[in-house]
Amino acid sequence: MTTNPNDISSNTIDDSSAQKIPETKITVRDLNLYYGDNHALHNIDMDIYKNKITALIGPSGCGKSTFLRCLNRMNDLINSVRVDGEVFIDNKNIYDKDVDEVSVRKRVGMVFQQPNPFPKSIYDNVSYAPLKHGFVKKGNSCNELVEKSLIQAGLWEEVKDKLSQPGTSLSGGQQQRLCIARTIAVQPDIILMDEPTSALDPISTEKIEALMLELKEKYAIITVTHNMQQAGRVADYTAFFHMGDLIEYADTETIFINPGKKKTEDYITGRYG
Amino acid sequence: MKNINNKTLSDNPFYDPSLSKRHSKARRFKIFTITCIVFALSFLVFFLGDMIVKGLPAFQQSYMQIDVSYNDKTIASTRKAIDKKYRRIVSRAWLRNIPNQVEESPELMNTTQSTWVLVNHQVDQYMKGHYFKIKSKELKIIEDMHAQGKLQLQFNRIFFTQGDSKIPENSGLKSAIIGSILTLLVTMVVAFPMGVMTAVYLEEFADDNRWTQFIEVNINNLAAIPSILFGLLGLAVFINLFGLPRSSPLVGGLTLALMTLPIIIVSSRAALRSVPDSIRQAGYGLGLTKVQVVQDHVLPLAFPGIMTGSIIGLAHAMGETAPLIIIGMIAFIPDSPGSIFEAATVMPAQIFTWAGMPERAYIERTAAGIMVLLSVLISLNALAIILRKKFEVKW
Repeated sequence: MTTNPNDISSNTIDDSSAQKIPETKITVRDLNLYYGDNHALHNIDMDIYKNKITALIGPSGCGKSTFLRCLNRMNDLINSVRVDGEVFIDNKNIYDKDVDEVSVRKRVGMVFQQPNPFPKSIYDNVSYAPLKHGFVKKGNSCNELVEKSLIQAGLWEEVKDKLSQPGTSLSGGQQQRLCIARTIAVQPDIILMDEPTSALDPISTEKIEALMLELKEKYAIITVTHNMQQAGRVADYTAFFHMGDLIEYADTETIFINPGKKKTEDYITGRYG
Repeated sequence: MKNINNKTLSDNPFYDPSLSKRHSKARRFKIFTITCIVFALSFLVFFLGDMIVKGLPAFQQSYMQIDVSYNDKTIASTRKAIDKKYRRIVSRAWLRNIPNQVEESPELMNTTQSTWVLVNHQVDQYMKGHYFKIKSKELKIIEDMHAQGKLQLQFNRIFFTQGDSKIPENSGLKSAIIGSILTLLVTMVVAFPMGVMTAVYLEEFADDNRWTQFIEVNINNLAAIPSILFGLLGLAVFINLFGLPRSSPLVGGLTLALMTLPIIIVSSRAALRSVPDSIRQAGYGLGLTKVQVVQDHVLPLAFPGIMTGSIIGLAHAMGETAPLIIIGMIAFIPDSPGSIFEAATVMPAQIFTWAGMPERAYIERTAAGIMVLLSVLISLNALAIILRKKFEVKW
């Protein structure tokens, strides 16, 4: 029930701020991606804004997840993948030779479809990466970071008494928030979410959506979703992908109420997908 | 009646006349499979039963209580330490040991003690009810002593505290056990890290190209090579080329390591592959390097599987004889090896040696050796199962 007022208020605020032209965080220019001989993404051009939620929608196999993974170079892990084009984050092309993919992924966090906490304690799940990156040392500063991240992910109240229990013992929705806390703890600028709620029940989904709306105050969030209503509820901007093409990209209201392309309209109205 | 029956049958909507035939076919198939299991089990039971019946007597050995005099004369000529009539009964090996006994406890000097003395293997076989070759004069003494309770079976400590011997009653498994331990230590130290590292490289780091496919095919072929060829390889490389000491646990261990490597690599790869990709994705998504992801997240999860495979590989190596025959670990080794550079033998090789001996007393030692080896192997496999059950991560 809380989502409804949230929806309305967030949408109205966004509409007013959209007029002010938000700050661009990621600029994608002429991006092509090949799986071997399969041309999976065609000439994608896109600007993604800071402190906004951008939703990528489209039918299965349209390339939206592949595109998402281009933004933190996760596709580099697959041998057959070749990427052409440029992705500027803070005016630096992350596909430049002098950019290390590991440091890109540190700045661009990622949350996956299936909650995938490490089979370690809740505390270790959050503290592991910051310790490895040297953000904090073991001890008080680390404890503070874990607490801060869990509070931000809205999980602190539920787990503060059982930090040493395994992360896998939590419920699915809690696990996903733990994964978000783990991502926040690395202090990224951008959070990528690959269908973060598709494995969760409606109540957990509601919590994650509320969390996304909170988190956009600090981060640029890009989320892939199959759920049209979710895109409508949380996203400021929506991009519609089809067969590896970016068909349409505009603010969410335009896409849903007044789409410019026939394909978008067909998809939104449920004629295929 | 018949009419009614027919009526009810045709009324039954589930009635299918072909069903009873199909069911009986299933029953026949089931009986056939059970017969196969019964056959396999009966072979196992027969084998184990035969081993135990033949081997159990070896854990007992006959001792006789007689007077033994310790003085300068008997130390010089140990036969004289005991009464003349017992000389054909008492073990030569025990008599030979008299000077050592005096050395260990000097207070024995110039005394006569009533002691339990090891008897020779013919008397021992008589005591155990097997075939024996004893002259009638001695036979009478033996029967007398037995009736008085001065000749009896006691626990056979010698089997575990002595090395091999040409005197059956004095032969034991100790040097073979120590040889096996040293050899397996070398095997483990060499094969485990090499195998795990190879598996990690192939599974986590290597691209899928011709070169890695070539390596993979060769590893799989290596697992199928007859073990005696590894012995020839060990002989050619470690002994002839590198000049390492022949018959030593070092060479044996290295040879068995070559043989165990493919088993460890294949099982470790399977264990690594069973770690879900989402764990790796999570690690990479947090900006971790490949080594961090593998070392801190993938390897710990794969570790129970890796351990299980390695223990089974080691158990396999422990029971291996053929390659060790080639590199000379079949030699007659009475003394336990003190280091991996000294000549040694291993348990299966010792069993092989005993199996070829003419004296009947070695038959029971062969069977007992098999029992010891089998119990070690079964414990190793049990350990592997326990480790897997205990550390298995549930998803």
